[in-house]
Amino acid sequence: MSAAAAPAPAAPSATTRVEYLLRLADTSLVLAQRLGEWVGHAPAIEEDLGLANTALDLLGQSRMLLSYAGTLEGAGRDEDALAFLRSEHEFRNATLAEQPNGDFGDTVVRQFLIDAYQLEVFERLAASSDTRLAEIAAKSVKETRYHLRYSSSWLIRLGDGTPESHARVQASLDRLWPYTRELCDPDELDRAMADAGIGADLHAVRESWLKRVDGTLAEATLRRPADGPYRWYGKQGRHSEHLGHLLAVMQHLPRSNPGAQW
Amino acid sequence: MSVAGLVASGTGDALARARQAIATVADPEIPVLQLVDLGIIRSVELDTAGTLHVGVSPTYSGCPATSVISADIEAALRAAGFSSVNVHDVLSPPWTSDWISDEGRRKLHAYGIAPPPKAVASVRGLLAAESKPACPLCGSTDTELLSEFGSTPCKALHRCRSCLEPFDRFKCI
Repeated sequence: MSAAAAPAPAAPSATTRVEYLLRLADTSLVLAQRLGEWVGHAPAIEEDLGLANTALDLLGQSRMLLSYAGTLEGAGRDEDALAFLRSEHEFRNATLAEQPNGDFGDTVVRQFLIDAYQLEVFERLAASSDTRLAEIAAKSVKETRYHLRYSSSWLIRLGDGTPESHARVQASLDRLWPYTRELCDPDELDRAMADAGIGADLHAVRESWLKRVDGTLAEATLRRPADGPYRWYGKQGRHSEHLGHLLAVMQHLPRSNPGAQW
Repeated sequence: MSVAGLVASGTGDALARARQAIATVADPEIPVLQLVDLGIIRSVELDTAGTLHVGVSPTYSGCPATSVISADIEAALRAAGFSSVNVHDVLSPPWTSDWISDEGRRKLHAYGIAPPPKAVASVRGLLAAESKPACPLCGSTDTELLSEFGSTPCKALHRCRSCLEPFDRFKCI
């Protein structure tokens, strides 16, 4: 189809837009919940604070995105209903975000890969034709840049550290790398949103994300694993076995005490 | 933001009273600092129905103080005689530490928190943000970063190598 002759793409439906917002919101929410699991367990007090503060920012971002999704949906669901009363298959987070914390190296690798990705996505969304989404993204960019500085510095320290830390963090990278496949692999919904000028163009995201990842991996003396087969697509609701357990903990209180007020 | 039916004249006194009331509200986590010093009060407007609208910019998306700040503003305005108050978020343009006033910077320093350098929103400012802050206790510039994250979402933790005291620094965003 020639670009010149193609009719302007139809504006995405509210359902499509809500679905897209949930992908962004759920990735931040699920990652925040994982990082929260470190509180009181991190290797040092500074890391405890760092991971908890990052979790807070992510939670704040997801609250704004979920509230907006609820408004667009118009079904009377607020941020709490969306966070606490949806089931596993209704979550749209990237599968990488739900992977267990593992050791500190696993957490650093997961954080670095997602921080670098979110930075590219939010930078583009700050210019979205959806002004509310653009506002939320512009706010999040600043925080994400800060998160990336933290996770990059740890990735470099561990990778370019002792033989033990290098071997372990390389193993973390090998284990988690396959999950990055879905981040920059646009499906129909991603494409429709990008074409409408609302969503981020994931091909462009992939290019600059890979460049940044390669740069930091080189500094960390780590090797980028080859892309392999991949079966989960959390952003379409096809999750790994870990999300259900995470939600059981996260949603326990509001599920067992419907309507409970703090 | 758009509030229908803003009144430009005849409400000057009420607005001045409202601003005065808001100026007394302190940051819940850094109580020496007023919210106006922090630069997060973005608009104060009165509509024709007599409702006062206050726009507030969050410093960090997840800052737990945000809801306390809204409640404190509302309480101060009620105490000043405003019965109908609406506090709302203003996300755009996003808050930057550049908006902390000179008075705010002075208060932070006196409280033992190193203020952020100015103009971090520019490239030159970002470079300055990477530089070492002076110790707010002894003034030495021989300081080191202990942790990018500190006791609240808006602060990082540093240590002075001269007087050996740890101190907070306002994050530069």
